[in-house]
Amino acid sequence: MSYAKEELLAVTIARLIGDARHVAVGAASPIPAMAVFLLREKNHGIPRVSLLQKRSGNPFTEGSRELFDLAGQGRIDVFFLGGAQIDGEANINLVETEGKRFPGSFGSAFMYFAAGKTILFREEHSPRVLVKKVDFVSAPGWSPPDVERRGGPAALLTGKALFLWQKDQHRFRLESVHPDSSAEDVRANTGFDYDAPATAPRTAAPTSEELDLIRGPVARVIAENYPGFAKRVWAL
Amino acid sequence: MNLPSNQTRHLAGPEALAREIPDGACIGLPPDYSPVAMEVVRALVRRGAKDLKLIGVPVLGLCADILIGAGCVREVETSAVTLGEAGLAPRFTEAAESKRLRIVDATCPMIHTGLQATEKGVPFMPLRGVLGSDLVKHHPDWKTIDNPYAPGDPILLAKAIVPDVALFHARWADAAGNVWVGRRGELATIAHASKACYVSYEELKPGDMLEDELLAPGCIGSVYVTAVAPAPRGAWPLGVPGAYGIDDAHLMHYARLAKTAAGFRQYLDEFVFKTVAA
Repeated sequence: MSYAKEELLAVTIARLIGDARHVAVGAASPIPAMAVFLLREKNHGIPRVSLLQKRSGNPFTEGSRELFDLAGQGRIDVFFLGGAQIDGEANINLVETEGKRFPGSFGSAFMYFAAGKTILFREEHSPRVLVKKVDFVSAPGWSPPDVERRGGPAALLTGKALFLWQKDQHRFRLESVHPDSSAEDVRANTGFDYDAPATAPRTAAPTSEELDLIRGPVARVIAENYPGFAKRVWAL
Repeated sequence: MNLPSNQTRHLAGPEALAREIPDGACIGLPPDYSPVAMEVVRALVRRGAKDLKLIGVPVLGLCADILIGAGCVREVETSAVTLGEAGLAPRFTEAAESKRLRIVDATCPMIHTGLQATEKGVPFMPLRGVLGSDLVKHHPDWKTIDNPYAPGDPILLAKAIVPDVALFHARWADAAGNVWVGRRGELATIAHASKACYVSYEELKPGDMLEDELLAPGCIGSVYVTAVAPAPRGAWPLGVPGAYGIDDAHLMHYARLAKTAAGFRQYLDEFVFKTVAA
């Protein structure tokens, strides 16, 4: 069964989320949102999902502060972050590089510590994005032992590959390569060094059961919140 | 420091509110998804406001981009400036890249924490996380201390943030000077922490909303509110939850025009200067 790249990325994220109870999804993140709604279809409404950008029916009653307060208490298990740059130590940069200004760090410097685990997600996989060392650390990938830190990176997913974070080595390890790429292609387009197995496996394709759910109930809920995206992927 | 206890004044409209906000003021502003007093922002541009410092609680959007483009702003402190789905904020980006704007980069919960310290009347408040971010190196008001209760545990402090002015839009104001903002708690935080609070509103309700048990929890009490003024559809092209939504097509139009200084001028002529009835 053929599938879209977005569908492959969503099922990969769903596997990374695993059995989390509460996942928060930030603005402009339709693929992570697809992953969470797929899990909810499979697991009878688990995990709880908080869509932060939702214009009506937003889950919070105390204003924008509440997300950070409840993350600080340990009530958010999984969060997503991206970066204009991401480096081999999982530092992310959302501020500036080579005279070019980006919007800013948002809540990253806090959420990267407070959420149980963070999935780094950036579709563009190029030496421009995946750099040896970020030009500005919006949020650090790891902290010295005396700094209290509940969570941190779990994985880095791009349009070419999935890397898992090795907490003790402060390094990524190539976990799998997507079908339209190769281990050589990934190496050539990654600006930082990482560990890799002798032969990297292919990223597991969505099952037909997953695709049925994605194109049915998941697509309908995504279309409500991300109409432009749903139109592009499913012509909805 | 003493913050005032107000007898709310009822003013004629957005221009009157804009006249109360002096040049050089430090203004606390909500993000685009929380009602922004856009008509007052346009009135600030019309009156040629200068040297403003904007604080994004916790981020800034369209109103900051317009004020920056119009030359009203000296400095911003914010966790981000973004037009959301419409992309980068073009006038902010241009001013930042040409170094014509002082930017103090923050992260959302540190802004909330600094304002919450002021709400409590204490000089600072701690927050977990953030340590190791370059934000800590560059921010003038953040300090790391050792946890006095458990030494060997570094923790970051946010200095109390005291904006001169809170400025936002509300669904309702009432005759008593209370304003209703529903669940938009960041507006209450800004109002509580600021030396003055100016609110434009959609509709005036008679009486006192604090006597209504269903409305009272969504209200900011008049003790915090310096002055209010009517501005129907005053958040446009942004929205007021439950009343009208964000005008996405207009935001896209703005994002395209404001990519150049000339396009931005054209936008101001059409949507800021031309609409004024004086």
